[in-house]
Amino acid sequence: MNTTDVRRRRRHRALAAAVGLLTVTTALAGCGSGGNGSTEDKGGVMGPDDGANLTMWTRAATQQQSQALVKAYNKSHKNKVQLTVIPTDDYQAKVGAAAGSKSLPDILASDVVFVPNYTSSGLYADITDRLDALPYGKELAPAHMAAGTLDGRKYTVPHTIDSSVLFYNKTLYKKAGLDPEKPPTTLKEWDEQARAVDKLGGDVNGTFFGGNCGGCGVFTWWPSIWAAGQEVMNEDGTAATLDSPVAKEVYATYRGWAQDDITAPGAAEETGATWTGLFPKGTIGVMPMPSTTLGLMPGDLDFGVAAIPGPDGGQSTFVGGDSLGISANSKKAGQAWNFLAWSLGDEAQVEVLAAHKDIVARTDLAENKYAKEDPRQVMINTLVAKGTTPFSQKFGQTFNDPNGPWLALMRDAVFGDPSKVDADNKAITESLKD
Amino acid sequence: MLLARSRGSGSPAPGGEPASRSPFGGGRARAAHRVPWWRTRPAQGIGYAAPTALFVGVFFVVPLVLVGRISLSDWPLLAGNRGFNAPDNFTEAAGDDLLWPSVRFTLTYTALVTVLLLGLALLLALLVQETRPGTGLFRTVFFLPSALGLASASLLFLGMYSPNVGPISPLLERLGVVDEPVSFLGTPTAALWSTVALIVWKYAGFYMLILLVGLQRIPQDVYEAARMDGAGRWQTFRSITLPLLRPSLALTLLLSVTGSLLAFDQFFILTKGGPDNSTMTVVSLIYREAFQRLDLGAAAALSVVVLAVLLILNVAQFRGLRGTDT
Repeated sequence: MNTTDVRRRRRHRALAAAVGLLTVTTALAGCGSGGNGSTEDKGGVMGPDDGANLTMWTRAATQQQSQALVKAYNKSHKNKVQLTVIPTDDYQAKVGAAAGSKSLPDILASDVVFVPNYTSSGLYADITDRLDALPYGKELAPAHMAAGTLDGRKYTVPHTIDSSVLFYNKTLYKKAGLDPEKPPTTLKEWDEQARAVDKLGGDVNGTFFGGNCGGCGVFTWWPSIWAAGQEVMNEDGTAATLDSPVAKEVYATYRGWAQDDITAPGAAEETGATWTGLFPKGTIGVMPMPSTTLGLMPGDLDFGVAAIPGPDGGQSTFVGGDSLGISANSKKAGQAWNFLAWSLGDEAQVEVLAAHKDIVARTDLAENKYAKEDPRQVMINTLVAKGTTPFSQKFGQTFNDPNGPWLALMRDAVFGDPSKVDADNKAITESLKD
Repeated sequence: MLLARSRGSGSPAPGGEPASRSPFGGGRARAAHRVPWWRTRPAQGIGYAAPTALFVGVFFVVPLVLVGRISLSDWPLLAGNRGFNAPDNFTEAAGDDLLWPSVRFTLTYTALVTVLLLGLALLLALLVQETRPGTGLFRTVFFLPSALGLASASLLFLGMYSPNVGPISPLLERLGVVDEPVSFLGTPTAALWSTVALIVWKYAGFYMLILLVGLQRIPQDVYEAARMDGAGRWQTFRSITLPLLRPSLALTLLLSVTGSLLAFDQFFILTKGGPDNSTMTVVSLIYREAFQRLDLGAAAALSVVVLAVLLILNVAQFRGLRGTDT
């Protein structure tokens, strides 16, 4: 295992060196032929690093990863990226307003589910040719690449990958008499284990979820549906199948937790602002969470991660996170590409993302040296291949809108009248077709 | 300004002597001739009004015309103008399932807030109207929440109401007032009252100040005369304080009603229109059309309708108040 590791690392180093050499030679060639500033937008496959100031926006949910990447880039490059972090809930509004007034930043990160809407509205610049010239352009996470491709042209690359996984507290599992090495493999086991932990009483609760947060619902409930082989939408994202028997079985489990007080207080009103803040406190038995929180857990918390299971088994995950693109109105597209290309390179992927226990965006780097140190990270990295990134032009207004039809379905199914689910699913289809 | 005015029209012009001899008033024309045009009264008037006119033009009239145009166009936020489509935006807005519930909720909320706010503000103003040792402190304390921005105050309350991180619920539990964590924003009724509590807390001090100024403008002799006539406290309040306070009460009423009808920030932060769309206000609906559904045209159409309704309401309110005043 050690020798393959070394060999792989060597191979990566050789690849990186080759890329570096290529960059230098192309840059030199550019200097030789032009030298009058016309090379500004070329600068080889990596784009120019000539001291440009670039602006970039990202949302608060994935700011840790963006900040780490920007910091490392600014330290080693003449170009400087100035990052603005925007509250997650306001991101769509902010981007929409800026798009209307043509004042988008040079580099625009976006929740991957909103990307189809943005590309079809012409917010991103076409980067197909640049991407095809990049040596590792073919190794990028396929689900994210599919979301950023429109009519065969590519507009975005994966930036941060945030995948939904089960987190469970081993200390509480031991106290409740459960085997801390046996996380649930079916929704039914998950239900039993959550209830067992909940019996400990006091501040301890079995599980938790954002019951007033549409985005939390798609991220944590849908994997249980996918795990059973059931889809949530048709292929073009224009009709919903969220009234399937499998989906209803999943809702019923959550309904049981809400009714029997297995969840921590506040699940019904949790709008998504604080839903990941409870597990790190050590009072929750088992709950689905974003994989990006793995690196943020307190050092003394003894916990494990597992795949989100379906009612009778299977595994899946919502491959979320952010994609990165160059905005269509940027005047520094070449320099912006330099950041994008660098962020996908070995150095950024392994030494910045993987070192911080995050998922890498390159499939060929999944088993990097840092991932190997933490079996939880390997589990998450391999799970991404089994996961799904849902596709719809109307995703945000259907599923993330706090007053939209999906949240109405969630709440009817779990807190209100579950017989309304069929009608709610029709309303979702209406919104998707809109 | 005074100088210009006295030269322009006040004192006799230097050429006043011969002008008076002319039978056709030609002297006046001549006098005006000698005063440069920018010193004539009309020119000065236009000059003084220009900055305000410019301000109103740029920040009110132009946006208003733009909103009108957007409301008649198919205008997705991300893609821009796709051309004239009237009256689609208006029919779409009228057919929105959330429109009537949000209108009803906005009216309920306005009535609740206005009654509670004005009642409490009046009570506070009466409490601190006389200058005694310590009243300064109380006035400051009551007024203090008004110094906070509404968004900051809403975030503060969001934290305090939270059953997980907020202090209120655990405190009540420890005091034995409740057995289970309190869900301040979990049910429609609780969410409404929790928001009303925030608004009353935040604005009561400000409205108290307006009423306090009104109270202090009532001459003391009126009260003395009433006391001579043997009027009791309640009678004095009903027959003297309330009628003489009417202008101040009218102002606070107008401010509260208009402000509450346009409520947005507090609900956006505390409830996001939930639970189950029970706290959607009309402005939240406009925001949702524009920034969740990314349809500027429909949002503009709703805005135009709300503007028209507010205009009618304000005119009616002004009429009503003026009628009772004179």
